[in-house]
Amino acid sequence: MSEALQGVPALGPVGGPGGGAAAGPLAVEGAGRRRALNPSLLIGGSIVLAIVLLALVSYVWTPWPPMRVLPVEPYQTPNAEHWLGTDRLRRDVLTQILVGARTTLFVGLVAVGVAAVVGVPLGILAAMSPGWLGQLVMRTNDVLLAFPALLLAIMFAALYGGSTRVAMIAIGIATIPAFARITRSGALGVMASEYVVAARSAGRSALGIAGRHVLPNVAGLVIVQASVSFAIAILAEAALAYLGLGTPTGQASWGRMLFEAQTTLRSAPHLALVPGAAIALSVLGFNLFGDGLRDWLDPKLEGR
Amino acid sequence: MTTPGRVVATDGPAGPGGPVGAGRTVLRVDGLSVGTRQTPLLSDVSFSVDRGERVGLIGESGSGKSLTALAVMGLLPEGLGASGDVRLSARTPAARNLLGVGEREMARVRGDGMSMVFQEPMTALNPTMRVGDQVAEVMLLHRTQPSRSAARRRVVELLGQVDLPDPAHLARSYPHELSGGQRQRVVLAIALANDPALLICDEPTTALDVTVQATVLDLVVRGVEERDSAMLFITHDLGVVATVCERVLVMYGGRIVEAGPVQEVFADPRHRYTQGLVAASDLAGADGRRGRAQLPTIPGTVPPAGRFPSGCVFRTRCTHATQACASQPPWTPRGKHPAGAAAYGHACVHPAGGDDD
Amino acid sequence: MILRLLQRLVVLVTSLVVASLVVFGFMRVLPGDPARVALGVNASDAAVAQLREQFGLDRPVPVQYLDWVGGLLTLDPGIEFVSRAAIGPQIADRLQVTLWLVVASMVLALVIALPVGLWMAVRHRHWDGVVLSALSQVGVAVPAFLAGIVLISVFAVRLRWVPSGGWVVPAQDPVGFLQRLALPTLSLALVQAAVLARYIRSAVLDVLREDYLRTARAKGLRPVQALVRHGLRNAAVPVVTVLGLQLATLLIGAVVIERVFVIPGLGSLLLDSVAKRELLTVQAVVMVLVVAVLVINFVVDLLYLVIDPRLRTGAR
Repeated sequence: MSEALQGVPALGPVGGPGGGAAAGPLAVEGAGRRRALNPSLLIGGSIVLAIVLLALVSYVWTPWPPMRVLPVEPYQTPNAEHWLGTDRLRRDVLTQILVGARTTLFVGLVAVGVAAVVGVPLGILAAMSPGWLGQLVMRTNDVLLAFPALLLAIMFAALYGGSTRVAMIAIGIATIPAFARITRSGALGVMASEYVVAARSAGRSALGIAGRHVLPNVAGLVIVQASVSFAIAILAEAALAYLGLGTPTGQASWGRMLFEAQTTLRSAPHLALVPGAAIALSVLGFNLFGDGLRDWLDPKLEGR
Repeated sequence: MTTPGRVVATDGPAGPGGPVGAGRTVLRVDGLSVGTRQTPLLSDVSFSVDRGERVGLIGESGSGKSLTALAVMGLLPEGLGASGDVRLSARTPAARNLLGVGEREMARVRGDGMSMVFQEPMTALNPTMRVGDQVAEVMLLHRTQPSRSAARRRVVELLGQVDLPDPAHLARSYPHELSGGQRQRVVLAIALANDPALLICDEPTTALDVTVQATVLDLVVRGVEERDSAMLFITHDLGVVATVCERVLVMYGGRIVEAGPVQEVFADPRHRYTQGLVAASDLAGADGRRGRAQLPTIPGTVPPAGRFPSGCVFRTRCTHATQACASQPPWTPRGKHPAGAAAYGHACVHPAGGDDD
Repeated sequence: MILRLLQRLVVLVTSLVVASLVVFGFMRVLPGDPARVALGVNASDAAVAQLREQFGLDRPVPVQYLDWVGGLLTLDPGIEFVSRAAIGPQIADRLQVTLWLVVASMVLALVIALPVGLWMAVRHRHWDGVVLSALSQVGVAVPAFLAGIVLISVFAVRLRWVPSGGWVVPAQDPVGFLQRLALPTLSLALVQAAVLARYIRSAVLDVLREDYLRTARAKGLRPVQALVRHGLRNAAVPVVTVLGLQLATLLIGAVVIERVFVIPGLGSLLLDSVAKRELLTVQAVVMVLVVAVLVINFVVDLLYLVIDPRLRTGAR
């Protein structure tokens, strides 16, 4: 009998491949937490939603007429009439914040839009053409990474003068590499998967594969990147406006408000704190939203 | 009743016929339970391993084998708690319950009195440290070698003992320069470096190529035999247990459902789960009934952790289950065993009775 | 190993060439006529033509490019259109100031982020780890210039501990130098530390999940010992990447911070030149910044090789 026991290969149907060792403790950890909305996603999403709503509200209603010099005292601290006070030019701060939210969102949307529309196809191209073309795209991409948004925007401002439009296009161009890179890494994974290999051997065209398989599978990564890039775009726009190279005087911009408040830091610090808080809060919102979205899309990465 | 097979070269006194007694007990686990605050994962696990004895722990994935090992080592993942009694007689006799001692004291035992070989050799070694240094570290840490240079000499000996070619040169390489089998030998050398009283192996060959599995198994067995160490060998591979171990513990749903000498348990399983395991493996092949296509499987799948039924943990998949199985079946000793009643018996209300079914 | 090194060098050199082409293309070819930009739309055609001739802007574009690159290589990027001041010495002067700022901020950021990041990772399931993590998330969202403004309003305007801006050379007045360095450094460092700490946290968390850390524990190392001896070096690879990126971010962030604190650094030179439409100076400063970023990337690549033996042989 005992000879029968010698040197027999592993059991067939019982112990699945992979063995039990890892499954023990790990199975416990992962159980039952999948796809729960995480706090980052909830808080970030709420902040983003709130900013969008405020910007939309500003089109139909603001506490005072926007960007108008009012017949009131300048440098008011927050009070019942002016919830967030008034500035040097007798403008209502809350009104400016609401209208400024439009600028912030608009710049972010255009910049991220430009970056995604150019960057995503480039990334897919780089992933799908293994030869010199893919190499070229990625190498150029790496070099472009050495031009941060702010630097590129300053270069553009030197040529065309500072304006909201120049700022958002410069920020958009500077954000292309981030999209190309993340799309490529995601697309490489998809290209190696069995269903794409199968689709290729079945003779599907490259464009068909890109549209049918690659794009849907990298969409999550791209959305997460868009959220993070949005935060970076907000920061860059604020910095440019602060430097006087972005949104010009006379138009509402949080960065611009900060710049104008700097000379009166002692007498009216709230004029700097309010737009500063608005910038920080919106960046926080988009960052949290991106983080939360990533965890939600890929629960394995939770907590990183 | 001859154990030596093609892998095991038994020549010491530690064979299955060797003396076994209470004074030689290296590891004694009593009523070990592990779980999160809500979910029990191991319940009332009791067993012991004697010096020179090789005990197998088998079961499907998720049955709690690895958790048992990690609980003994005191390396449970964060969030899991253990209760019960775990005692180890290594350099000093077992005076204290390891579950109650602090991290500092536990660290002193790990790698010295008991050590462990893990399943995944590809990731078990630090990729940024030379393998020789990783072996030397465990000796320097426990001061079993007087100096760095002495430890280094011993490293070369140890690497030679696990049949690694050109050990002096190999000690200077990084893990990524070695194959999976070579890495697992290094892990084994680390585990054996301080002549542990107890070696725990958690599926040490599962991740390896079939061609090197037998060699590594041979090295493991040789290593513990030379040191007369006790070994707890975890695997889901009944064939490996049959070649390596003298005694086996069958685990399901976080409980030990059957235990006994390998030959008896595999040839004549009593618990319905063991019966299913044996039937599903092709251990019976040499009887001429071999027919790979008709291997019966155990119906259903292992429930997720914490979702095992009350009473007999196997009753939801058992074709013999009755109302009686709804309460926890008592342990039924099957025969006299020197290691006590828990070492030979089963917990089944409707045991398979020899050859009639 | 040597092969890898050469490979990285080739990447550096090609990147530098491409970057110089991009800068040249943007600043010289795209606007059409830098001389016209410098003199403004009201200048006479004759004056523009004269300037073009003086600065060789009437030559073919490739010749101009080579001339410019040659100037860069000999550290002589020429003179300004209007003031005729040499650009090279200005950059050298301003670079010193900016380097003080960047290096001090980086060091301070690391000193803060390392313990905080480790703490956040080790205690990530406890309330203090979660609170720190949330705080760092807020820190990431604060732009450095906002931190600067807040610091000025507290420490310079209210408490009057330090001047609100300006600069003195360290050799001249060491105390005054440190006083003026403190706030801008702090504003850059606090934000960078928040980013860095988050990356350290996630790198350490990754390492804590690694099998070799369990092996280290099984050898008898206590948790912190295991992390220090086996974890840190492995966690260093992603952290070094971020450090490189951060150094680049700091260089650019310094541009804004110099404006906040009225510091005569490279950033101020850049912004002044933009205001004066001195495209040659803008071009040179941008190139210096880009070269710095690319060289930082190169050094990061080399550090990988030092840290991770797997990359030396190219097994991965």
